[in-house]
Amino acid sequence: MSLYSEKVMDHFRHPRNVGVIEDADGVGEVGNAKCGDIMKMYIKVENGILTDVKFETFGCGSAIASSSMATEMIKGKPISEALQLTNKAVTEALDGLPAHKLHCSVLAEEAVQAAVLDYYKKNNIPYDEAQFKCALCAHEHDHDGENV
Amino acid sequence: MFVYADHAATTKLRESAARVYAETAAAYYGNPSSLHTVGQKAQEKLTECRERIADLLGADAREIYFTSGGSESDNQAILSAASFGARKGKKKLISTAIEHHAVLHTLNKLQKEGFEVVLLPVGENGIVSPADVENAIDENTALVSVMLANNEIGTIQPVEEIGEICRRRGVLFHTDAVQAVGHIPVDVKKIGCDYLALSAHKFGGPKGVGALYVRRGAPLSPLIEGGAQERGKRAGTEDLPAIAAMTEALRASIADMGATDALLRKLQDKLIDGLSKIPHSILNGDRVRRLPGNTSFCFEGIEGESLLLLLDDKGVCASSGSACTSGSLDPSHVLLAIGRVHDVAHGSLRITLGEENTEADVDYLLQVIPEVVAYLRGMSPVWRDLQTGKRQFIL
Ligand SMILES: Cc1ncc(COP(=O)(O)O)c(C=O)c1O
Ligand SMILES: [Zn+2]
Repeated sequence: MSLYSEKVMDHFRHPRNVGVIEDADGVGEVGNAKCGDIMKMYIKVENGILTDVKFETFGCGSAIASSSMATEMIKGKPISEALQLTNKAVTEALDGLPAHKLHCSVLAEEAVQAAVLDYYKKNNIPYDEAQFKCALCAHEHDHDGENV
Repeated sequence: MFVYADHAATTKLRESAARVYAETAAAYYGNPSSLHTVGQKAQEKLTECRERIADLLGADAREIYFTSGGSESDNQAILSAASFGARKGKKKLISTAIEHHAVLHTLNKLQKEGFEVVLLPVGENGIVSPADVENAIDENTALVSVMLANNEIGTIQPVEEIGEICRRRGVLFHTDAVQAVGHIPVDVKKIGCDYLALSAHKFGGPKGVGALYVRRGAPLSPLIEGGAQERGKRAGTEDLPAIAAMTEALRASIADMGATDALLRKLQDKLIDGLSKIPHSILNGDRVRRLPGNTSFCFEGIEGESLLLLLDDKGVCASSGSACTSGSLDPSHVLLAIGRVHDVAHGSLRITLGEENTEADVDYLLQVIPEVVAYLRGMSPVWRDLQTGKRQFIL
């Protein structure tokens, strides 16, 4: 199918870091089944570094590929860097997504933030709320609504 | 292995129809509206096609109007009946929640223009109740529009009963028969409809051509103004090769219907039995009152698009809800109408088989679909929550 780029299809067909971390230091789940995509991110943290990242996704090709790409982009990186991850960066790394699929990639950015936030909370680490805009407001995603 | 299992979206052009298309394009290049011999020869061919299509539907040739397909036919029928009703002060339009968008969006437009639109619910079996139609009709009702067979879940509606009610109550009745014509017997007199829409590409004909049956005496106004083609009701030089190919496709489909039906029912039984073995899955639509080629399922814990992409990788072309719905993020209105909640409706799969499919195709489908469903469930946080009891199974 040519709806998606080769990169997207590669990550969709061979998702990196899929699975669960049983003793995760932080877990974040975003999205809801009503809108059609749910992403769950598990992180392992050592000295402020994301030593391991895994994900589970219920969703479309775009959602699965975005989660996979996001885990690759943050794995081994310091938390501070992971928090800078934007859906724009994920989308670009995937060589773009169809316009009506962009919202699925927002979930990847939110899932990373949600997992880090969970880690901070569990360990009583003080954090700047401004950094977790997305994860805290748990906003509903815009839907295109109408058919083509 | 390659299995085309999306015949409800469109069908491959039949070989005999392709041949007729080429022959007609070469031999009948004249404009049917031209007075000269070449034009008149085309006119004769057009008349012959109209007569044959009429015959195949139990209609009169004067009741057949050629159009660009199902969407145009639906639009023209509904808009004609609505404007006729409005002139008599009747502004209520009755339809169902499971119609194709060609019907629903036309009704939406009319609603914005001041019509009252009532969309009747369907049961969990995906079938509308004739009693609900009867109860909804009042003295302001201009039109009842109920599809013959649903494009997503294949359910066959009680159109003969509804036709009888409409005749008795003096209300115009339109049926979108796009998914039914060429697949199950369709006789306009038996149905007792005033309008019936059909589309060639659903039964082995070309894309972009269809017809509208309009009972003699039923109101009809043109959507396209211009020349006097189609007795002044549809301007534009006729696509004669397409019309001739559609005629051949319909003839052949009806001639083969008995054998095709027997094959497809057998494949459908096997497919439904096999897919039902996937835990936490459910067939959409009535088990018996459905098109022979249509098998629609929901699988809990997964999402339909990823399912389609992985099946495509395995050579299986299927769909999730209507092909026309693919740009929308909301799950199919038909699945919601039969009571599938959002979570479940997202995990839908529509397999629609045609006469070229074989038992080996079904064996293959029954091998790859459970595999792909299991794989996607394995990476689904929803499935994990269902397994661990954090979330309750719906199916
Ligand atoms: C029930 C139904 N009505 C109308 C249409 C529209 O037909 P066409 O594609 O010929 O415009 C379709 C095709 O998707 C259909 O399935
Ligand atoms: Zn999505």
